[in-house]
Amino acid sequence: MNGWSALDRFLRTDPQDVGCQQAMEVLHVYAELVAAGEPADERYPGIAAHLNACGPCGEDFEGLLAALRDVAG
Amino acid sequence: MHEAALSACQLDAESARWLRALVAPGAAREAALARLHELLLPIARREVARRGPRLAITGPELDDLAYQAAADALLAITGKLGQFRGESRFTTWAYKFVIFEVSAKIGRHFWRHPVVPLGAEHWERLPARFGFDPADEAECRDLAAAVRRAVDTELTPRQREVFVAIVVNGVPLDTLVLSLGSSRNAIYKMMFDARRKLRAALVANGYLPDDSARGS
Repeated sequence: MNGWSALDRFLRTDPQDVGCQQAMEVLHVYAELVAAGEPADERYPGIAAHLNACGPCGEDFEGLLAALRDVAG
Repeated sequence: MHEAALSACQLDAESARWLRALVAPGAAREAALARLHELLLPIARREVARRGPRLAITGPELDDLAYQAAADALLAITGKLGQFRGESRFTTWAYKFVIFEVSAKIGRHFWRHPVVPLGAEHWERLPARFGFDPADEAECRDLAAAVRRAVDTELTPRQREVFVAIVVNGVPLDTLVLSLGSSRNAIYKMMFDARRKLRAALVANGYLPDDSARGS
């Protein structure tokens, strides 16, 4: 991927993106589905769109998922 | 949360035990709080360790941050018990607050120790953020000029301020939230609108592909 396509990918917005507030409200539900191998992105496409685009919420999701996987050990 | 509300929720047995213990009177509640804190602290430590390599925070400061995050998460959880609806295990819901507190504390750390002063503009750094080869000076100049022109002509002053801080200067979004006294959601929404406007301008000027022309 060259620089222009990286810029293009960053600037693209998904109309399904629900924003940070909704994503944070259901992050625990979404992370538990992902940890269980369920298709969370099909059930919550707006959350999936947001987590793909929002660095801080994506980081929180990765942290919660890592915590669940560590605890499940 | 009262017993009636507890029984009305579809909770797994372990989550129900946690809720009952955390609303129990006296010493039983204190014991539950201590057990919960014991669960939360390792989660906070693992999370700061996971993020640590990308932060300029090390050693005791990192451990202190984890301890504060676990303590503040415990406060948040006890204050929001009534909002737990049993959609996940109680512990998953509780861990979420630890992760949020770690994020908030890292944002606060960079707010107190800013790497780039708010108001500065380092446009020369923009090409590297998108993986442009610094050796290709003409291409880097072209990108910086095109984006800057679009930023100056298309964005509102507030959108411009947020875009320059986050994208050009690399200020973490959670740090900007504190600097501007705003919320993550509000800043993200501002960035969302700015991204949409900038892409439209760069498409109109021939820098980025026009999807509508291909009917996609």
